[in-house]
Amino acid sequence: MSGLTIARRQAVWAWIFLALPLAYFSLVRFWPALDAFSLSLSKWNLVGPRRYVGLANYERMAADPVFWQVLANTFEYLLLGLPVSLALSFLVAYHLDRVQTGHGLLRALYFLPHLTTATALAWVWRWFYQPAPVGLFNNWLSVFGIAQQPFLRSTFQALPAILVPAIWAALGFQIVIFLAGLKAIPRSYYEAAEIDGAGSPQILREITLPLLLPSFVFLLITTSIGLLRIFDLVYNMTAGGDGGPLNATKPLVLSIYQSAFARMDMGYASAQTVVLFVILLLLSLLQMRLLRARP
Amino acid sequence: MRRLYQGLTRAALALTLLAGAAVRAQAVEIEYWQYTFKQRVETIDELIKQFQKANPDITVKHVNVPYDNYRTRIAAAIPAGEGPDVVQLFYGWLTDYIDAKLLQPLPAASFDTAAIDRDFFPFVQGMKVGGQYYALPTAVRSLALFWNRKVFKDAGLDPAKPPTTLAELVDIARKTTKRDAAGNLLTAGIALDTAGQDVQWIRQVLIPEFGGTPYSADGKKVTYNTPSGVAAVQWYADLIAKEKVSELGFLTDGVTAFRSGRAAMTIDGSFRLGAFDGQKGLDYGVTELPSHDGRQSNFASYWANGITAKAKGEKLAAAAKFLAFITTPAAMQLWMEKVGELPARVALAQTDAVKTHPTYGAFVRGLAYSVATDFVDESSQRKVMMDMMDRIIIKQTPVAEAVGIAAKEEQVILDTRK
Repeated sequence: MSGLTIARRQAVWAWIFLALPLAYFSLVRFWPALDAFSLSLSKWNLVGPRRYVGLANYERMAADPVFWQVLANTFEYLLLGLPVSLALSFLVAYHLDRVQTGHGLLRALYFLPHLTTATALAWVWRWFYQPAPVGLFNNWLSVFGIAQQPFLRSTFQALPAILVPAIWAALGFQIVIFLAGLKAIPRSYYEAAEIDGAGSPQILREITLPLLLPSFVFLLITTSIGLLRIFDLVYNMTAGGDGGPLNATKPLVLSIYQSAFARMDMGYASAQTVVLFVILLLLSLLQMRLLRARP
Repeated sequence: MRRLYQGLTRAALALTLLAGAAVRAQAVEIEYWQYTFKQRVETIDELIKQFQKANPDITVKHVNVPYDNYRTRIAAAIPAGEGPDVVQLFYGWLTDYIDAKLLQPLPAASFDTAAIDRDFFPFVQGMKVGGQYYALPTAVRSLALFWNRKVFKDAGLDPAKPPTTLAELVDIARKTTKRDAAGNLLTAGIALDTAGQDVQWIRQVLIPEFGGTPYSADGKKVTYNTPSGVAAVQWYADLIAKEKVSELGFLTDGVTAFRSGRAAMTIDGSFRLGAFDGQKGLDYGVTELPSHDGRQSNFASYWANGITAKAKGEKLAAAAKFLAFITTPAAMQLWMEKVGELPARVALAQTDAVKTHPTYGAFVRGLAYSVATDFVDESSQRKVMMDMMDRIIIKQTPVAEAVGIAAKEEQVILDTRK
């Protein structure tokens, strides 16, 4: 190595150091991921031999009404959860940013659910949704003379009912990101705007929101991916971890898990994984374009 | 550098020699795998101690894997030729392993097929393929009715008299159900839970008791879409919709409802004894499942021990010896006392001491008329039943229609069997 220039030698060393994580990622991450593609073309119960079946798993998926329902559920989590959770966390962050007394404590309180194990959280909420007199929410409803709601036992209400703790738990993280974004906006912009006579709605529209765009895009990507991969809450809040009643709350990831580890149907599970991968890829590409379109 | 190399070679050589000596000292080591469950682990450890004392040339390495990962772990280890020589498998998984030639038939020299046919409960014959046994259970499980004596007493009923028929069950459930002024369920007459054992109760007990048969004799056809099948499902659904003695999802699940003293009765397996025994203040009894029209049925299930294809020669002999040891009457007796699961040998279950035992007696008596469902895919078949009840209760689908949908869905699953 003595014949090399310093720059070259540094590059060689950099590559030597990079080789280790690279090898690790290729072996532990990328190779199994790629293998999922070939697995999706086979029938395999983990125990017997792997048999090539062509596109049979995909055909089965297209013909399976449960798969389409699961896909619809997955997008329902996303389309309901994303706007609500971003709007809510922005609202909290925007006002928290203006609070001086107890700011630290409030921020900590909002962040707390984010640190809680999803399983513990799910079980507490599962009890909240019980019928009266056990369930908190139904007790409140009965105090106000409102009819009892089935929540998790309804094919219509169950999915939003699971989404609520998901949004609540993610709030803390999103608020912290928004707060950081808000703090990064130079005070002088606001001062200049005020001197020019801009009102606070105008400042929000013209200064805060545009300058917060990077935080928004970042949260848009991470929250979308998080919602599309929702699993623990559904698994722990539905009877037998099944994503019921009648598949009403089952997201794609739970369906993949059940195919793979309850039915040992690795091929079908992989085919669903490929679908999830394509969705996540398209979504990320779309969002990266949005990020680049930023002025 | 050269010195270092020589030193290393010498050290390696010394290690090899040492290892060789170790191998000669303990002639054979075999591995035994089961899932982690405190009492099971302790009992197997105890049995291994006894076995090694009698066979000083064999060492048994006991590996236990958390239940949630167990199926995946063995499915990954066994085909790779690693892991267990003797393995505990749920009886419903056996076909996959035999088809893949990952299990070998139990050596005829130590396991006499005719003797097993005669000595073990008949449903163990599910482990016999092509006239050869591939696995044997130490213990088996069945269902029974658990009742809460205190709830009975509070309702003015005789705490020593659980129901013996389905009609009595409904009557007692009505009397023990408690609701508040607003009609909210406080105490369920019976805790119902389709994610628990109720699925087996409906399929393998209620349907036969109403005069139906869940499956054809060869296990290839769903045969419960008949008036008697519909009547059985109707009876179960009526507990919720008509009698209002229970609600699905009450206190999240049946086990929680019963152990918290908020249900007068529940149907569960012998494996639940441990959980209920550990519950302070829970005064419960166990009795046979109620009959109907003079018919009685029960559902049995078990974990069976098989020898993997990996065991050859000396290891195979040692594995066979160990498997024979853990299926002896003495091992079964110990297993029953420590784990609470029932002996797989008929003779052991027929003694008066066992049959009249206050807790597992009811399960043992139930074994005599038990059937072990010939599952193709337990979790999918369970889901069919869960969905059927959800359709009836949540969607108000007429029972006959819901049973028809379930039969069709389950037939698709049965048809996937080769």
